[in-house]
Amino acid sequence: MSQQLVSKVDVELPSEPSLTARRPFLRWVGLAVGLLVVLALPWYIYPPVAMDIAAWALFAISVDLLLGYTGLLSFGHAAFWGTSAYTTGLIATHVGLPFPVAVLGGAIAAMLLALPTGYLAVRRTGIYFAMVTLAFAQMVYFIANQWRDVTGGENGLQGIPKNLGGMTDLINSDAFYFYYAAIPIILLGVLLAWRIVNSPFGRVLVAIRDNPARARALGYDVERYKIMVFVLSAGLAGLAGGVFSVSHGFASLQELVWTTSGKVVLVTVLGGIGTLWGGPVGAALVVLLEDRLASSGFNGIGIITGAIFVVIVLAFRHGIWGTARNGLGAWLRSRRRTREDV
Amino acid sequence: MPTQASPEASGAAGALLETRDLTKEFRGFRAVSDVNLRVVEGTVHALVGPNGAGKTTLFNLLTGFLAPTSGEIRLGDREITGMQPEQIAHLGIARSFQITSLFDQMSVVDHVELALASPTGLGYRFWRSSKQMRQFRDRATELLDQVGLADRSGAAAGSLAYGQKRALELALALALDPKLLLLDEPTAGMGLEDVDRTIALVKKVSEGRTVVFVDHNMHVVGSLADTVTVLQSGQVLAEGTYDQVRNDEKVITAYLGQAGEQHV
Repeated sequence: MSQQLVSKVDVELPSEPSLTARRPFLRWVGLAVGLLVVLALPWYIYPPVAMDIAAWALFAISVDLLLGYTGLLSFGHAAFWGTSAYTTGLIATHVGLPFPVAVLGGAIAAMLLALPTGYLAVRRTGIYFAMVTLAFAQMVYFIANQWRDVTGGENGLQGIPKNLGGMTDLINSDAFYFYYAAIPIILLGVLLAWRIVNSPFGRVLVAIRDNPARARALGYDVERYKIMVFVLSAGLAGLAGGVFSVSHGFASLQELVWTTSGKVVLVTVLGGIGTLWGGPVGAALVVLLEDRLASSGFNGIGIITGAIFVVIVLAFRHGIWGTARNGLGAWLRSRRRTREDV
Repeated sequence: MPTQASPEASGAAGALLETRDLTKEFRGFRAVSDVNLRVVEGTVHALVGPNGAGKTTLFNLLTGFLAPTSGEIRLGDREITGMQPEQIAHLGIARSFQITSLFDQMSVVDHVELALASPTGLGYRFWRSSKQMRQFRDRATELLDQVGLADRSGAAAGSLAYGQKRALELALALALDPKLLLLDEPTAGMGLEDVDRTIALVKKVSEGRTVVFVDHNMHVVGSLADTVTVLQSGQVLAEGTYDQVRNDEKVITAYLGQAGEQHV
């Protein structure tokens, strides 16, 4: 399946320039609506769940950067999410720094781990790349499991504090306030991802995804670009994982287990790869669904999410966001044509 | 820019590209066998030979996509054996591909901008806006104009006609401003009209450059090449001007004899 995913990266774009490139106002409207949704979320959704959605959204975006924009399927991204979750927790607990600094430290730890992982993984492509990343993630999992003194082993890290200087009491009083304290970190990560995708570097990534040999003949050091994007992606996953662990007040082995790596790929593909905004859509769907199913006492969550995944992938090859965008584009084009006919 | 040596003076001029006993084996099969190739600076050099003669393998060796089993490759006075493709590209060897090889969803002008940006290191700047790429727009438009694609600059490469794709391949190779241009079958699959246009185009771009190309079309070889090297079974069979080579007994039996239906 993994190889299938990688080869299905060929997002069919219309041969015209993209939707928003032709209509700059549409980009601003979209951005404003998106920001509004993010800010309004904890008014409508239980705030800790809203925080989970935001963290998973950034996690999915980090995977999309690799899968959708570079054509690399990482099957070990939990390692970066989890490493940051633990590191953030350790910094917050033992050093007592404000939580955004701890999260930043966690993200840096994730990037440091990504450097050797990426260095070895990018020598392989397709399923072998995925296997190398999985192997590294398993290694991290076992280290975290064995190194009880530091990680708490099976108990995980408990009681991670939410420190924020003078606002510490406020953000501890209600998860609603914590959401607003933490969401800038997530938005910063999204902004960074958006910048990467829309940079000269992003252009090279797409070239590498579509035709690596050609990119090399043009003088681009493909392996170095892949390592760079891998490390950047791990940093974003780290920001997300750090916020997640502070939000919950603990970091557990669940953050490092391979099914978490699988889940984030599922979330990303569900939302639509190569779109950046697909990740948040997939994250909202999966996190909300899991929350509803869990609170209704239903035990087979995996069956439901798995079934939805199969249906979406079969019926909407470009994921929810990709399909919606293509549909909107087709509708706008046909409307313009009718107008021109009149 | 390389110093231009006129073809007449080329006998005495230095070699831009030289291979010594270049050999590539694939599991015992010698695709390229002890090839000593000498490409004189400022000339147009054709490689011909039947299918499987080792032409494309030789190209892949010269551009670092394959590592030779033995032998060496020199560009000017620099040994480039075993270098990576991207390093060789930076040293001034650009190639076009036999099977058209583009980024299908990228627009034509973006392709050329990407090629122009390659030596500048702009590609690493993930914190800059992609609008930075527009600094290459003028040069890109100029190159597209040169290959006759200026009116298609906004189209996705995947939507181009075959001949246009080949023209874009050439524009990309030229964007690297190479000392040595390697063209793998620039006219493959083209109709007569496109072939003549491509010949004129290659003639134009070969001014002040060294060009090595592979082509099966003898009309193309005769029109363009100062020197022709005939390969067979991975070995050099004959070398000389087009007229010398076409009258060579060995060549007639080995190659032209079999392919008599081609324009000889």
